[in-house]
Amino acid sequence: VTAREFVTLRLNDQLFAIDASAVHDVFQPLGVTPVPLAGGEIAGVLNLRGRIVTAVCARRRLGLPAAADETETIAVGLEIGGDSYGLIVDSVEELRVIDTDELLPPPRGLPPRWADVVQGVCRLETELLIVLDTQRLLDPTALAAA
Amino acid sequence: LSAITSELQNSVLKTRMQPIEAAWKTLPRLVRDIANNLGKKINLVLEGEATELDRQVLELIKDPLLHMVRNAAGHGLETPAERLAAGKPEVGTLRLSASHEAGAIIVRIADDGRGLDTAAIRRKAAERGLVSQAEAELMPDAQAHQLIFAPGFSTAHAVTNLSGRGVGLDVARSNIEQISGQIDLTSTPGQGTAFTIKIPLTLAIIPALIVATAGRRFAVPQASVIELVRIGPRSAYPVESIESVRVLRLRDCLLPLVGLARGLALAEEDESAGFVLVMQAGGRRFGVIVEAVLDIEETVVKPLARILRCIPVFSGATILGDGSVVLIVDPNGLAQLADCDSSETDNAEAPAAAGSGAEVETPLLLVRAGGGALKVVELSRITRLERVLASELEQAGSRTMLQYRGRLMPVLAPEGAAAVAPAGRRQSLLILATLGHPIALAVDEIVDAVEDRLDIQMSPDRPGVLGTAVVAGQAVEVMDMDWYLLKGMAEYGPRLAEPEPLKAVA
Repeated sequence: VTAREFVTLRLNDQLFAIDASAVHDVFQPLGVTPVPLAGGEIAGVLNLRGRIVTAVCARRRLGLPAAADETETIAVGLEIGGDSYGLIVDSVEELRVIDTDELLPPPRGLPPRWADVVQGVCRLETELLIVLDTQRLLDPTALAAA
Repeated sequence: LSAITSELQNSVLKTRMQPIEAAWKTLPRLVRDIANNLGKKINLVLEGEATELDRQVLELIKDPLLHMVRNAAGHGLETPAERLAAGKPEVGTLRLSASHEAGAIIVRIADDGRGLDTAAIRRKAAERGLVSQAEAELMPDAQAHQLIFAPGFSTAHAVTNLSGRGVGLDVARSNIEQISGQIDLTSTPGQGTAFTIKIPLTLAIIPALIVATAGRRFAVPQASVIELVRIGPRSAYPVESIESVRVLRLRDCLLPLVGLARGLALAEEDESAGFVLVMQAGGRRFGVIVEAVLDIEETVVKPLARILRCIPVFSGATILGDGSVVLIVDPNGLAQLADCDSSETDNAEAPAAAGSGAEVETPLLLVRAGGGALKVVELSRITRLERVLASELEQAGSRTMLQYRGRLMPVLAPEGAAAVAPAGRRQSLLILATLGHPIALAVDEIVDAVEDRLDIQMSPDRPGVLGTAVVAGQAVEVMDMDWYLLKGMAEYGPRLAEPEPLKAVA
């Protein structure tokens, strides 16, 4: 079975999806402590029910312009390699089943910041859905190189 | 309520504690087996078995301990015949002791065997390419002893099932350093070897000072803070500047200062009034300027996510009583910041030194680079020396790069050489002292470390060269590290050319 559940989310009016199995929860990123000397995509660290979560701004990670209203954001809680991350996005849409066999490979000529993290593209009736590889999205070595 | 919570904390901590005996109980059997196998007579002495330590710490040091005992019994102690010939009692003694000492636990593993074979270590290290032949011969015994902790090092002649499998001491050391412990050894030929391991009592909870600077709060482990000094207009201890380095005149010594606000790139200027935390870390004493000291809290240390571990200044994070998260500052990382600060002044002083004639001796590194010419580099500008396999260097167009600690690092060719061209199977690299963005400079050979006056006499207008100086009796070119630094920063691309991160680097 190649159909899997994905969480779809929106960034700069573009639809994205990440594998739902890595997603723990969706929360409002409040009380974020910025981390000096960290890369620009790191929003900071925050306390989520006693756990320390590293908030990563998806817009900045993908080199998108900053949101018009930074307060209207939501974070997707991810657990990767034993660490808790919160991926800050514009909005979280729905849970959607996507057949990974039907994903198109990412088009060539994507900027390197994208080429690394785009797992594939899914054609929906009305728009394109870009499937992101969360592992790579939050991979420190990929970040350092980007 | 605070009485109840501290009682609760104590009892929770207590349940985490276990006697070190738990890690030792397999040792008598192990030592007996080794003795029987190798025809040795070994008397194992265990002292302080009841010393308690954190279960988590215990787990982590179990294997390193086992390894070191195996080493001592296998290599350290001689056979009865050898011992009698050396005029020692037939039975060798292996002594393990554990004790509490000022919030830490000291574990000693001592044998009265033959001691480390320094000559064999030097030879092996040179063979393995860990150091050059010249380096191996020049280094003092104590430094040569440290080589046995290098990855992939083993002096055992024969591989047995007991010891000498070539893996181990380096792993032992990294295990211990992982829990911010220290490992040290002393060895006297013919009299034996002693390893000393110093480990923290617990990893879970450390007392920390909560400090504020530039409107942010940070936690500083109390263990590395020696004293607090108030600074400001009415303070008895003035902050002064020599060139751009700030020092605190504290009683009869000058303490180099690093500002937390500027060090963390939070502000242009550090506070002129506030507190200085006098700290001891990374083998040096320095002062850290903060705006205020708010509190002392018992903090529960939580590790940082992998994505943040490349920032050496922070060792973890903790949640304060009010629910907010603060970052825990790593004293060793701060020491590095202090180093960067002082290297900044070194280059500020260097041109002045050319005119006035430097009075002080500077630690210098003699290298061969760019066509085999002897050159000299100020040691303070270099954070590490590395030797890598030539095959690890990666080419991208005309540029050379190396995957270093999980990220790409530009490798610069010395001026005068067209490209990085490893002379042999291995390439020596000088890693330059920058903050967060390492830069490597490829050299042909690291010749020697000397202390000499750096008196730059001729200053040719050539890129990459500060001038010529007489070092150790011969005229050598002084490499301009600032120039290489800028060149390396350019390799990192426009992201760093933006003013803000550059400031953090400079």
